[in-house]
Amino acid sequence: MISGTLISYRAELRKLIAQRRTWLGIATAALVPVIFLISIQISKVTPHDGPYDTPLGPNLRHSGLAIDFVVLKLVAVIGPTLIAALVAGDIVASEDMAGTLKTILVRSLRRGEILAGKVLALFTYLAAALLAYTVVGEVTGIIFWGFHPLTNLSGDSISAPHALALTVPSLVLYGIPVLAIASFGLFLSVVTRHSVAAIAGTLLYALALQGLAALSALASIRAFLLTTQLSAWHDLFQTPTAGDAIVRSLWVSALFAIPPLLAAWIVFQRRDVAT
Amino acid sequence: MTPFAPPIETRGLVKCYGELTAVDHVDLTVGVGDVYGFLGPNGAGKTTTLRMLLGLVRRDAGTIRLFGHDPAEDPIRALDGVAGIIEEPRLYEYMSGRANLELLASFDRTGAGPADIDEVLNMVELHDRAGDRVSEYSQGMRQRLGIASCLIRRPRLLMLDEPANGVDPAGIRYLRGLIRRLADEGITILLSSHLLAEVQEVCSRVAVINKGCIVYEGSLAELRAGAARRHRLRATDPHRASDVCSRVGAVRDQRLEGDELTFLLDDEKGPLVLTKALAQAEVGIISLTRDQPTLEALFFRLTAEEPEGAAVPEVSGT
Repeated sequence: MISGTLISYRAELRKLIAQRRTWLGIATAALVPVIFLISIQISKVTPHDGPYDTPLGPNLRHSGLAIDFVVLKLVAVIGPTLIAALVAGDIVASEDMAGTLKTILVRSLRRGEILAGKVLALFTYLAAALLAYTVVGEVTGIIFWGFHPLTNLSGDSISAPHALALTVPSLVLYGIPVLAIASFGLFLSVVTRHSVAAIAGTLLYALALQGLAALSALASIRAFLLTTQLSAWHDLFQTPTAGDAIVRSLWVSALFAIPPLLAAWIVFQRRDVAT
Repeated sequence: MTPFAPPIETRGLVKCYGELTAVDHVDLTVGVGDVYGFLGPNGAGKTTTLRMLLGLVRRDAGTIRLFGHDPAEDPIRALDGVAGIIEEPRLYEYMSGRANLELLASFDRTGAGPADIDEVLNMVELHDRAGDRVSEYSQGMRQRLGIASCLIRRPRLLMLDEPANGVDPAGIRYLRGLIRRLADEGITILLSSHLLAEVQEVCSRVAVINKGCIVYEGSLAELRAGAARRHRLRATDPHRASDVCSRVGAVRDQRLEGDELTFLLDDEKGPLVLTKALAQAEVGIISLTRDQPTLEALFFRLTAEEPEGAAVPEVSGT
């Protein structure tokens, strides 16, 4: 199973690399912080307004290390969901529609191995997009605003190297619920067999989750909704660091990711492939 | 591989889509080295059968064995040494022909390397265009690349579904030659088609499927031999000839069509008895001939798709 999954994973990566839209998605992710930085540079927004009124927002213009975190808050659910939906919704359905699924299903890999390879490739792609976003954002921010200490959410100053070191776990924490959203997109991709339906469905799903989180009647369960986990990285920028939200983010994301992945696996195993 | 197990063996194969029975208790046996034609009109159940054979579609009843293994229970073992193209080759348009073969070879775990890919590209005469994107290929080139993607698996059984679809006459001629060459190399081939001409040129045995049921299985020679042949008589007086024929026991099912009589005639003594009776009745024989039914006419008869104006011979059962 493992070797077959690795074969499928490598093949999926190769397919992704060969497609222009893959690079377009990664380039878009990388350009977001640059566009944001330029807009801040040329805008006349006064401190304490707009982007300055976000976690770590007061650090804008003072430290280039803040830019990624401010943008993450601003793009909220839509940005990562859009990229996740575009790839997850497409990764099975597009092959179904193009007929290439039947081409690979009659080779020497089991269906489960093929799907597992697709899941890993999907997660790798999202990680690559997030990495491109992070690296370009940090480098651009440092070039324009310098490698300076940050004031964290508790109001304490943290050194620039420490802030830089926190970037990686923060982005990982941010990425985990995004993978859960992508898992639902993959499920829709398998079930609907239609790229557009799966992509639109994933976006609607994320928006619905965000809508639920905004309902005051659901305030008591807000902490356990998937979109809330997109802010779990805030815990890393508090002193002392509270681990509760981080742990909760991990298991809540798993709860949201595993059922659609299992359902996708079951459907993919049993379905007829007759384009 | 189970020793001596036939490449393909199905028994009572059934597939339903709602109320429609697409494949209805199909029994097929394809022997080692056969170039086996799977004939039937569009929608007869050929492609659905092939999909079940390759494990793409689940069957509702019956058994399938590929070299003795069930593709539903153990797809990896059952499809070991088996390759196929359903409907038409579907490849990654945004990748080159060579990249497609490299990718698909990696799925095969056969360890096929660049030299093997060069070999199959040469075999299908695509070496010069191997670096081009598949989106730039003609339909014939796609078919050839599809076959190359099968050959890279080193198959012992190759299933081709309507390989001539959308291919120009030169491409069809090339494909026929390629199929013959592959058969000569010992590859068992199942060739599905709705075109008799495509099958009769290369296949040793055929199964004819219509409305999900097998209506004939055997060799084309047996099919032709099994067809009842009608005789045609032109006489100096067709009406008197008809009276004579009705009194001759060896003549059956006679019909007067214009000035020509057609009938079934016992092969052994029928011609002698009839000519004697006609002579005694003083009816001159202008011509007495026996129809040689074309395979096409037989095919249409089996599949009840009579072309306008065609003479439809009778065919003995499967």
